[in-house]
Amino acid sequence: MNQDQKSAMKTQLQRGNLAKRALPWVVPILLLIVWQWASSAGVLPSRFLPSPRAVVHSFIELSASGELWTHVRVSTLRALSGFVVGGGLGLLLGLLTGSLRWAETLLDTTIQMGRNIPPLALIPLVILWFGIDESAKLFLVSLGVFFPVYINTFHGIRSVDRGLLEMGRTYGLSGWSLYREIILPGALPSILVGVRFSLGLMWVILIVAETISARSGIGYMTMNAREFMQTDVMVVGILLYAILGKLADLLAKGLERYWLRWNPAYETAR
Amino acid sequence: MPVTFSSREIKAENQRCSRGVSVAIENVSIAFGERTVLENFDVEIPAGEFVAIVGRSGCGKSTLLRSVAGLETPQAGTISVGKVAGHEKPDVRVMFQDSRLLPWRRVLPNVMLGLEPALIAQAQKVLAQVGLAERANDWPATLSGGQRQRVALARALVHDPNLLLLDEPLGSLDALTRIEMQQLIEDIWRSRGFTAMLVTHDVAEALSLADRVILIEGGRVALDEVVNIPRPRTRGSARFAALEERVLGRVLQRRPAVEDQW
Repeated sequence: MNQDQKSAMKTQLQRGNLAKRALPWVVPILLLIVWQWASSAGVLPSRFLPSPRAVVHSFIELSASGELWTHVRVSTLRALSGFVVGGGLGLLLGLLTGSLRWAETLLDTTIQMGRNIPPLALIPLVILWFGIDESAKLFLVSLGVFFPVYINTFHGIRSVDRGLLEMGRTYGLSGWSLYREIILPGALPSILVGVRFSLGLMWVILIVAETISARSGIGYMTMNAREFMQTDVMVVGILLYAILGKLADLLAKGLERYWLRWNPAYETAR
Repeated sequence: MPVTFSSREIKAENQRCSRGVSVAIENVSIAFGERTVLENFDVEIPAGEFVAIVGRSGCGKSTLLRSVAGLETPQAGTISVGKVAGHEKPDVRVMFQDSRLLPWRRVLPNVMLGLEPALIAQAQKVLAQVGLAERANDWPATLSGGQRQRVALARALVHDPNLLLLDEPLGSLDALTRIEMQQLIEDIWRSRGFTAMLVTHDVAEALSLADRVILIEGGRVALDEVVNIPRPRTRGSARFAALEERVLGRVLQRRPAVEDQW
């Protein structure tokens, strides 16, 4: 193994470009190797942590039976619908308070107060209100996702370049055309920061909500596995969250790259 | 980057030579809070004239230009921009010190801001006039400062303005690009005949472009000098240098006698 690594390092050094691309994966692969070794050597008992091989095996088994995909679908649907509801509301209210002074005066203080309550602190009340229904999860995710989108939309609208607004007015833009041509595109970078942040938050809240009260979903699968000491299934669930979180982030990044392709800070091919 | 016009183009442009409108600024006073910027300010600008407004920083020259553009409202006095035959409202365009291009629009769509989509050929033509036809599909972020200002100039010109207001548009450019841009602006002004008001802190720039130089000091006209140098003007000429010395001396408020003692 040591020999392998040494020779691998050598080729990497020879091809600088390849080394640069491979470098971020060195530590995870090393960890995986150590983990597998610890499991097969008996240092790590499988009731604490299963071997990577067992995790892969259980992943294949779960996905072959279709059980895995049912849970993934349920969780993704919950996450996305919460995101759409909460993010949509955040966007709308952010646009409103960002654009109209009276709306800010009326609503912003209330929203800023609400922001300081962690959504997860509401779980006891939410269970009381909604039981462990779908609406409980939808409510929690929406609430959590709402604030980052709202705050960044508000901030984005407020920080649109005054010079551009003035220029737009001298070119005859006003009302909706000014909004479409200057205010919205100017606020977009900030709005997307909010979207990216809330996509991360979306999974965190869903995990907790599903772990505490659910009859399906990845969180339920993981908690159910705990009852039977199926550590391999638990690890599969945890890794799924990591993958889904990463996918959500890639999606947000893709949106940034497309919508902000004019911005040199998001370098892409022209 | 001198712009060349074919003779046919010049002829066509000359037919529109009466595009300029007169500007009358009467008794205008502007104050920001306690600070009075302009006080009982009076200036008449005949149609088609190129006027440069110079003065120290904060003398109110930009404020004057912005109020002609309608971006500031004077507390007193009137500003009237004359009417043109066949047009209800004169077209007034502003070029700012920063280009103020929309970073999320490519070059050609920037030129077409506020323009009917059908007039795309017109926009392309003007973009070619400022020498940037081949950059039509680029993002503003990829242009140099001088190129951005040329796009901003094209954006103003595509509306075929009756009055072009230039608020230190070349202030942030390097010396060479600046001279190129001055030539470009002069060429286009001569071919189109709009009225131009240029605010600048560069006396040499004012003298090489303008028919008339107005110095603002203490919120009033301190000097109103006709520049009697035939075009195209060369900066090295004795007349140019003498006039520059005179205006600069007035701006800095030093008398020639005092300077002789040094």
